[in-house]
Amino acid sequence: MSDNIPFFPDQASAAASKVDALYAFLVAVTIVFSVLIFALIFYFAVRYRRSRMGERAKTVKSSLKLEIAWSVVPLVLSLTMFAWGADLYFEMRKLPREALDISVIGKQWMWNLTHIEEGNKELNALHVPLGRKVRLTMISEDVIHSFYIPAFRVKADVLPGRYTQLWFEPSKAGEYHLFCAEYCGTKHSEMIGKVVVMTPVDYERWLSGGGTNEPLDVAGERLFEQLGCASCHGAEGNQRGPRLAGLFEKKVQLADGRVVVADENYLRQSILQPKAAVVAGFEPLMPTYEGQVSEEQIVQLISYLKSLGEKEAN
Amino acid sequence: MSEHGSLAHHFEDLEQQRQSADLGMWLFLITEIMFFGGVFAAYAVCRWMNPAGFSAGTQHLDVTLGTINTAVLIGSSLTMVWAVQAGHEGDAKGISRNLMLTILLGGVFLVIKGFEYRHKFHDGLVPGPLFHFEGEHVAGIELFMCFYFIMTGLHAFHMIIGIGLLMWLIVLARRGRFTKEYSNPVEGVGLYWHFVDIVWIFLFPMLYLLEH
Amino acid sequence: MGATTVPLIERTREHYLNVRYGIKSWLLTVDHKRIAILYLISITFFFFIGGAAAVVIRLDLATPQGDLVESETYNKLFTIHGIIMIFFFLVPSIPAVLGNFLVPIMIGAKDLAFPKLNLLSWYLYVIGGSFTLWAMIAGGVDTGWTFYAPYSTTYANSHVILTALGIFVTGFSSILTGLNFMVTVHKMRAPGMTWFKLPLFVWSQYATSIIMVLGTPVLAITILLIGIERLLGVGIFDPALGGDPVLFQHLFWFYSHPAVYIMILPAMGVISELISAFARRAVFGYRFIAFSSLAIAILGFLVWGHHMFVSSQSPYAGMVFSLLSFLIAVPSAIKVFNWTATLYKASISYQTPILYAFGFIGLFTIGGLTGLFLATLAVDVHVHDTYFVVAHFHYIMVGGAIMGFLGGLHYWWPKMFGKLYPELWARISAAIIFIGFNLTFFPQFLLGYMGMPRRYHIYDPEFQVLHVLSSAGASILGIGYLIPMVYFIWSLRYGKDAGPNPWQAKGLEWTIPSPPTTFNFEEPVVVVEDPYAYPTDDEPTWPQPEEAHV
Repeated sequence: MSDNIPFFPDQASAAASKVDALYAFLVAVTIVFSVLIFALIFYFAVRYRRSRMGERAKTVKSSLKLEIAWSVVPLVLSLTMFAWGADLYFEMRKLPREALDISVIGKQWMWNLTHIEEGNKELNALHVPLGRKVRLTMISEDVIHSFYIPAFRVKADVLPGRYTQLWFEPSKAGEYHLFCAEYCGTKHSEMIGKVVVMTPVDYERWLSGGGTNEPLDVAGERLFEQLGCASCHGAEGNQRGPRLAGLFEKKVQLADGRVVVADENYLRQSILQPKAAVVAGFEPLMPTYEGQVSEEQIVQLISYLKSLGEKEAN
Repeated sequence: MSEHGSLAHHFEDLEQQRQSADLGMWLFLITEIMFFGGVFAAYAVCRWMNPAGFSAGTQHLDVTLGTINTAVLIGSSLTMVWAVQAGHEGDAKGISRNLMLTILLGGVFLVIKGFEYRHKFHDGLVPGPLFHFEGEHVAGIELFMCFYFIMTGLHAFHMIIGIGLLMWLIVLARRGRFTKEYSNPVEGVGLYWHFVDIVWIFLFPMLYLLEH
Repeated sequence: MGATTVPLIERTREHYLNVRYGIKSWLLTVDHKRIAILYLISITFFFFIGGAAAVVIRLDLATPQGDLVESETYNKLFTIHGIIMIFFFLVPSIPAVLGNFLVPIMIGAKDLAFPKLNLLSWYLYVIGGSFTLWAMIAGGVDTGWTFYAPYSTTYANSHVILTALGIFVTGFSSILTGLNFMVTVHKMRAPGMTWFKLPLFVWSQYATSIIMVLGTPVLAITILLIGIERLLGVGIFDPALGGDPVLFQHLFWFYSHPAVYIMILPAMGVISELISAFARRAVFGYRFIAFSSLAIAILGFLVWGHHMFVSSQSPYAGMVFSLLSFLIAVPSAIKVFNWTATLYKASISYQTPILYAFGFIGLFTIGGLTGLFLATLAVDVHVHDTYFVVAHFHYIMVGGAIMGFLGGLHYWWPKMFGKLYPELWARISAAIIFIGFNLTFFPQFLLGYMGMPRRYHIYDPEFQVLHVLSSAGASILGIGYLIPMVYFIWSLRYGKDAGPNPWQAKGLEWTIPSPPTTFNFEEPVVVVEDPYAYPTDDEPTWPQPEEAHV
């Protein structure tokens, strides 16, 4: 439907039409109230002009009923908008369990994207299959950026030092804008790219056309060995560190009494600042890897740790 | 209508002038609370994010000197109260004497603070390019020391302003400007001085004592 | 009342403008009216600097490639446009000029409670402004007016500290003005001037002052922390050093959202006065308008998180901030409906000030309603940081605040200078401003929903049509703003004498000669009348079965 409306963005995700429906409601309310106010002012201004009314206005008593009416009506409308908006927002923020995983690393002024499972890397472009949920895990190497695909009606800030996540389900094949929406310096307006939505068949062809790629968990496993992580954390290691298989998204009891969920941010922090959250029953022996691993390598390590859990589950 | 020499042209009477000055000072203190509130909030968030670093940072402060300074400041609040009391009685000499004591105690506080600062410089605990610290939680400790210097620095800056105001009051008192009916400035500066002391009463446990 | 009959033309009459001459008599004045004039000159200066930046921005955006300036320059231009328009024009505009001039007169006082502090405020403003101008001349600053960390603290390569210092100092000007107004309204009211006899303009100034006093100190400390972090390389807002960039956003918006209400509330106060004066009747629902100002001031402090729906804030926090933001819509709606109802069975004359008031109500209605889009969580995700936001806040700040300021200036100009401006020119320019404004900013709503991000120097060609429309509108708007500048200055010398009350309006300020004398009132003021006590003809027509206590 949106194709026929001038100056209206493509609707290319499952969420887009829902957001647009809410938007249409808001536009309708805006038009009704704007027209009402404009018309009343215009009518009063003409009807009650001084040349017609004389020097004195007519007495009009104040009215509590009116005041209540025009407080309650906007309140009810506002609460409707709030409820509708919040409901849809929660739906849009709730991450799907099964999804195509993409890692996004933003830096001045480019987007590095990696297909986690297959290992395909892209710069300022993202190829995704039609009809499949896609989940992005994003981090910045420098300042705050914001990952924005207008045609999907999704946006999330990309922060340094912390992962944020975003998901969408493309519903229409085509090429769409990818923008950085948070001002990030001189070439902010050139930190753009494209999102290409392809049929699953085309997508498979595209994947295999990118040459041989190493899946991120494989790269992560090699790195895990290289850094010597296995000597403490491995199955054959000395067990000075907690076992990592099956850890991802499990609850962890920490030495200081806190219980945290071992999500991406927790794993990242444990690699960079191991002493910030020591697991109960272990000594704070692990050295920091701050400055020794890049954001990209951390993503690889985390992918490996996640795959350990999946292997165990199988 | 009073024809008192201290009545500004735009006020009807001394009572209106006194009430305005009072309200003005209270509002000013509210702005100060918001000002310090901002940095307290930032401190709380950073502490929550770096609990270990902040606990470790606390160990590098001198609790003894901090405690002495707390006592000194409470003492200065007492002498300030005496000065305000003397103001109500129209006792110009009492005002001067007590204000001088207050300045003296404020000065002692600043000197002790100065020694603490010098010590931190010596130990390389001043955040920024001069910071050099070996050991664990370097980032957390630097952040803690950063808050230490910002908060105590702002506090010390307020003390210095306060001491300047006290000196101005002494000059006014010597010129015989204060009478039984009119001693607003003493009262206003008194409020300010107490506020600055209270800020310290919050800073002391937050920085020196809190370990977890 | 202290009304004095003054012969209309009496050139030798002494008033606040001619009581003393010479530059010193102005720079050392403690007369609130003279300080208001000092502010008027300084904010006009800054308005045209900020406006010049906007002109270059709009010219540059006429083509997608941004052929006029480099990206670096473009970024500095929108930064300086934002900083100057917000901190050096909009925030002080109505309070420091019209408020300074009128609040004491409207409550029957000789001056503000602290005249010297008032002068100090102006000096702080000038010093802060000088730092900012210095930073601009030395090469500018490119962080955006929002100074988001860690860009502003670590990565930006421009004069952040100098600019921050300018804003810090100017902040204290704002704080002290707010404090002065609050004490004045509490303690300096003339006998008989009860709270519910205060003109609504005073109520709005009072509400604004609350925000200035509570909010601005938080901005000051935040800006100070940014400066320290940048100077020393510590990491309060830098995650690499243990800090949190989102903490900065919380602190910043804790002030900067209420600051929006610092800009709009005074304009709402002006509109109440204008509507009442030219409709010749009391404002409908006086108490509702008065209390809605306070409600907006207080609720304004609880909604800052709606700037951060996509910044990784928890969805539950987002939900609370969204709900509170919707609640603010209610007091705003109450005002609009009451203004409109005031026109019912009124006696309306179309003089320039009420044209601005009509413009304000219309544009504020659109600006306010589009604000609801941004409070709606799911829609905000899409339009956050796009031109939709730019259009929305320009409807509020330019369509609202500047319309209010210009309307007020036209209304009280005869009081301030004793001269009338050419009415025809004033009406023409009001129309030009209204048309130019809508042409400039309405296309930006469409751009925003299409997904055009803000602060983009280079953009996709598909957005060009709307950008060209917007730039065309901006040139009309620019001309619209220049015309009043010319005829106001012209009127100072050639304008007809206004007399004490050219509009036959109510209010203490119209009972004294124009321009007023230094101490405003010759005789002590005792207030007995309600505000806006215009005589009306009885004709009980409003369907009103029972008397309401309003």
